[in-house]
Amino acid sequence: MDWRAFQLSVELAFGTLIILLPFSIWLGRLLATRRFPGRGFIEAAVALPLVLPPTVIGFYLLTAFGAGSALGQAWQNIFGSGLAFSFEGLLLASVLVNLPFAVQPIQNAFSAIPPALREAGATAGMPPWRVLLRVELPLAWPGIATAAVLTFAHTLGEFGVVLMVGGSIPGETQTIAIAIYDRVQAFDDAGAAVMSAALLGVSVVALGITNTLSRRVGRRRRDA
Amino acid sequence: MPEALHATLRATTPVPLDVALHCAPGEMLALVGPSGAGKSTVLRCIAGLHRAAEGEVRCGATWFGAGVNLAPHRRAVGLVFQDYALFPHMTALANVMAAMGHRAPATRAATARDLLARVHLAGLEERRPAELSGGQQQRVAMARALAREPAVLLLDEPFSAVDRATRRRLQAELAQLRRSLSVPIVMVTHDLDEALALADNMLLIHRGRALQTAPPAEMLARPANAEVARLLDLRNIYQAEVLGHEGEHTRLRWGALELEAPRAAAAGLVDLLVAPSAVLLHRRDRPSAGERENPVPARVLEVLALGADARVTLDVADPGGGPLVFTLPMHAARRNGLAPGEACVVSLLRDGLHIMPRG
Repeated sequence: MDWRAFQLSVELAFGTLIILLPFSIWLGRLLATRRFPGRGFIEAAVALPLVLPPTVIGFYLLTAFGAGSALGQAWQNIFGSGLAFSFEGLLLASVLVNLPFAVQPIQNAFSAIPPALREAGATAGMPPWRVLLRVELPLAWPGIATAAVLTFAHTLGEFGVVLMVGGSIPGETQTIAIAIYDRVQAFDDAGAAVMSAALLGVSVVALGITNTLSRRVGRRRRDA
Repeated sequence: MPEALHATLRATTPVPLDVALHCAPGEMLALVGPSGAGKSTVLRCIAGLHRAAEGEVRCGATWFGAGVNLAPHRRAVGLVFQDYALFPHMTALANVMAAMGHRAPATRAATARDLLARVHLAGLEERRPAELSGGQQQRVAMARALAREPAVLLLDEPFSAVDRATRRRLQAELAQLRRSLSVPIVMVTHDLDEALALADNMLLIHRGRALQTAPPAEMLARPANAEVARLLDLRNIYQAEVLGHEGEHTRLRWGALELEAPRAAAAGLVDLLVAPSAVLLHRRDRPSAGERENPVPARVLEVLALGADARVTLDVADPGGGPLVFTLPMHAARRNGLAPGEACVVSLLRDGLHIMPRG
């Protein structure tokens, strides 16, 4: 078991969650409650990582991270190091490829809240932030938790984009999925088996939690 | 000190609106009209959930108009939603306490318990909405609307989602609750009986336009025009022509007949409404006192048994072809031999005739 790779994967997963969840709550709620021009385009863009091959995403990200792009240049100027083949670059890539896994369950959860509940909150004298905290988030939380679990599990298992953007630098960008690949390449079947079993276990638990939570969303919808 | 509610609302899209309303402290104003007439939109404009293009909403302070547009949570309104919109994840008590942001936290629970007791829900404080019956949910919604200590109470078809027996009980409770409320109350309903039973005044809305405001019984007896009468589902509307005025009365030509009606400031062609209660059937065996008033020969078209009453449809040779419909006790219909094809004579009692000018 390569604990360094495992730790890196967990750090990457938590880092992704910390950045992605607040953003997804904002975007998911926006998509669920507002009708505005360009809404369909944003929804399509969010879903894009589901259909694009990881190598294609990885290629574009690498190009964007490179010193030749405005983003890469700006990053280099501010932090003094490049984005490509760094943990920060990996984190940014992870946030982007996890967008659909985070935004869609959250959007569905907010869509399931009857608009009258928001209006009832407002006419009960609750300012919008209070309606969000007291009414919307408690009702949407199974969806938010689903998004968190899916994002976490998917980040642990992400392979293609990580390989393209991060390479396989131990301690910097070598995640557990990459480590398994390296073990297999090195004919270390025993090492690969242990880590694969660990990932399998994590994924099964994650899906179990997700299924339980999404049933809860359905139940709340009926209650409302 | 409770203040009166004034609202003038105008808009062309997405919902056309042209409504002015006034509701005094303690008064209950019913907004009635067909589905899609804009009744709920008016309520939502008062609450700040919908924005009219122009106009004013004022209850003491100005909520809307003159460059002001207060957000809903800054307007002191209590709104009972049609489907109650209770927070499903909160208990009844928490639902009521959620509307008490203006109170000191320490006093909220006790006040909420008092309110729930006032709507007869003592003992059910810890239930969630899904564990309450429809009528109980409606009471929680009412308590939550009152918890705000609103300057205006708004009710959006508050009884439409419960069965008949519960509705009658809730209506009685509201009538009782009203006595302790001194704020203006505006209720949307499509049920005229509900408006008659509960409201002091009634505002009829059709296609976003206010057509008439009057006490419910008054509007049903004296609609402003034929359109109002039709929207109130009144029958017996005919065309007539004013012949002249004599003292307290106005003389009308109706087809080949002349009628006397209470004096009305109208001339030329008018619409005439005949209240079913003003139709007096002449008895065959002996004449009675009212028979000198507006006798009308007729032929029976239909006699429909409705329980103990009979609804009788007569052909009265109306030039427009409209029949005359009235009800009388079944035994009276039998005794007078009313049957399709039979001839009879009815009197249209003067005081039950209402002349509506055409505009």
